[in-house]
Parts: sequence; C-alpha cells; structure tokens
Amino acid sequence: MSTLHTVNKSPFATQSLLSCLNHAKDGDAVLMIEDGVYGALSGSGMSEMVQAKAANVVIYVMSPDADARGLSADKMLAEVKGVDYAGFVNLVTEHDRTQSWL
Amino acid sequence: MKIGVVISEGPYTHQAADTAYHFVKAALAGGHEVPRVFFYHDGVNVSSRLTIPPQDERHIQNNWTALAQEHEIDLVVCIAAAQRRGLLDENEANRQGKDANNIADGFRISGLGQLIEMGIQTDRLVTFGD
Amino acid sequence: MSTTKKFLYVNRKAPYGTIYALESLEVVLIGAAFEQDVSLAFLDDGVFQLTKDQKTDGIGIKNFSPTYRALGDYDVTKLYVEKESLAERGLTAEDLQEIMYEDEDDDWEEKPSLRFVTRAEMADIMADQDVVLSF
Repeated sequence: MSTLHTVNKSPFATQSLLSCLNHAKDGDAVLMIEDGVYGALSGSGMSEMVQAKAANVVIYVMSPDADARGLSADKMLAEVKGVDYAGFVNLVTEHDRTQSWL
Repeated sequence: MKIGVVISEGPYTHQAADTAYHFVKAALAGGHEVPRVFFYHDGVNVSSRLTIPPQDERHIQNNWTALAQEHEIDLVVCIAAAQRRGLLDENEANRQGKDANNIADGFRISGLGQLIEMGIQTDRLVTFGD
Repeated sequence: MSTTKKFLYVNRKAPYGTIYALESLEVVLIGAAFEQDVSLAFLDDGVFQLTKDQKTDGIGIKNFSPTYRALGDYDVTKLYVEKESLAERGLTAEDLQEIMYEDEDDDWEEKPSLRFVTRAEMADIMADQDVVLSF
C-alpha cells in the first residue's frame, strides 16, 4: 500500500512541500505540479531535504509545468524524474490513494 | 480504473481547473473512466456561463462542457458552495427569487453527497485546488 | 451502499482567513449520512481550527467552532491532532476545545474525540485510508 502525494505550491511560498515530505512514507511517491515544480530546483534551500527524501520516496515533477516556468532539466535535481500528464495518471493508478497537499 | 476528480479553485485565478482538465483528458486517453468531476469551494465558478476570456486564451468553461459531453462526464457543482458564490441554475434562481441564472451547459447543481458518493464509487480520487 | 471505505478529511489551514475550514466541515456533516469510516486530521495550521474561545462578532463572520462539538452526534469521533503542529505553534491541548462523544459500545460513556498523535503516527493514519479529501 502506498500513496501518491501531490504538491502544487512553491516551497518558498508555503510549507506544503515540507509538510508533505515530513509525512510521506517509504515507498510513496511525491509529484510536484503547478507551482510545486520549484521544489525540484537544485541549489535551493530545499534541495538537501528533497534529495535526502528521494532515497526512500520517488520524487517526480510535472515536465509541462517545469517547461512553462522555464525550468530546464539542468536546473533541477537529478534525483527528480519528469513526467507528463499520462505519467501523472499512471502514478495515480499505481499508488493506492492520492493525497493533495494544498 | 474509475477516477474521481475534485476541483476546488476557480478558473484563471488558479491553475487547478487547467491541470485537472489535462489530467482527465490523459486519463480518458489511457482507457480509464472519469464518471464525475465535483466542483467545490471557488471551483463552482468554473461552471459560469458568462465568462468572456480573451480570444487568444483557453476558454476553461467551454473546454469542460465539451469534454463532459464527449465522454459523458457528470460535472457536479456543489449547491452550498454555489449559492454562497452566486452560481444558480434556472430552478434555483426561480426557487430563490433571483432574476437570473448562470450555469453553463453540461454542469448540474447538486449536493455534497455527490462528492462522498464519488469517493465510494471510484477507485481513485484526485483533488486539484490551492 | 454496502461498501465501507475509510475517508480522511485533511485540515491544514487556519479558520476565518479562508473558507476551507468551514466548507470542509460541511462535507463532513453531509458525509456522515453515508456511514463510512470517517477520520479528520488536523495538522499544520489546521490545528488552529480547534482553539477555544473563538469570538467572531468583531469580524462579522459566524463562529462555526461549536460545530466540532456536534460531530460526536454524527458518529464522527476520530479527530486526530498532530502534536508537532501544536508545539510548533506554541499551543498545547489546553488551548483546544473539549470535544467529546458518547460511546454506544461502552454504556454511552463520554470520551474525548481529539486524539493527539505524533507526526509519524499521523503519517501512518494517512497511509491507512481509502479516500483522502484535502481542502
């Protein structure tokens, strides 16, 4: 049993990503969508925490949202995997429940 | 799988209605069923028939009306949230003595029970909000 | 409906500044009729929804905090409150309303609905649900 967590706000604006990472369990997945994709930036104040959590939780970023915001792959953490909307759907079905951190 | 969707923020101000739209399209393309989309909080504003977005921008309400019609998706607008925010269908407008109604085609006003029912009847539920 | 699912309502926002706390409670009340296995989670700023002594006359918004005390009558008796969220906000259990329910399986004895849990326990509770509604 695992959970897909979605985070749609920038970690520099709210604590949603922080709280999400603090509650995600081993084997869960975290998907950064909309403004949440800024959580995938490397060299930020959140990067270490995201990288550390990536050891036990698979972390994804919505590529269309990252592209829209001018975040190319080289600006983002290597540990974070890009997905498209089809990938988002797959994550929803692969995990037993989806929890949105709004 | 049967996937239920909740949209809890209004059009344009938040990306929620857009992300949900692309998600639902991908789910349907992937062979999944999306029997219902439930609109709550400011999400009820997606159902307004009166929006006039700039010509070169996507028309969020039209997109949802068309998608729902093509794939028989039940677009449900929560009555309590709708009343608070001034979204009324013809029946509600008459019942409440208001001089206009403003719900677009394809959307219907109903109770919060429809949200719970969606949670019970679908395999997955995803919320798009703030 | 013969299916019983575990529904978790996640509350992470403060009351009154936004409508999420009130409208989430409205879902809980309507949802009670469906006799599912309902739990509420209060974490992050959601713990502020449960404070005592909410006096709202000055802001002209209806005080809906008494509604939490009625949840027991709707068989909604599992209100999980995250300890770390309280501590981070300088709050203790004493700052929150007393919310009780009558346990029909125990001679209608009055018991507390607020269950104080650690972050790790909250994560386990979340992982145990069928449907998670966030507001």
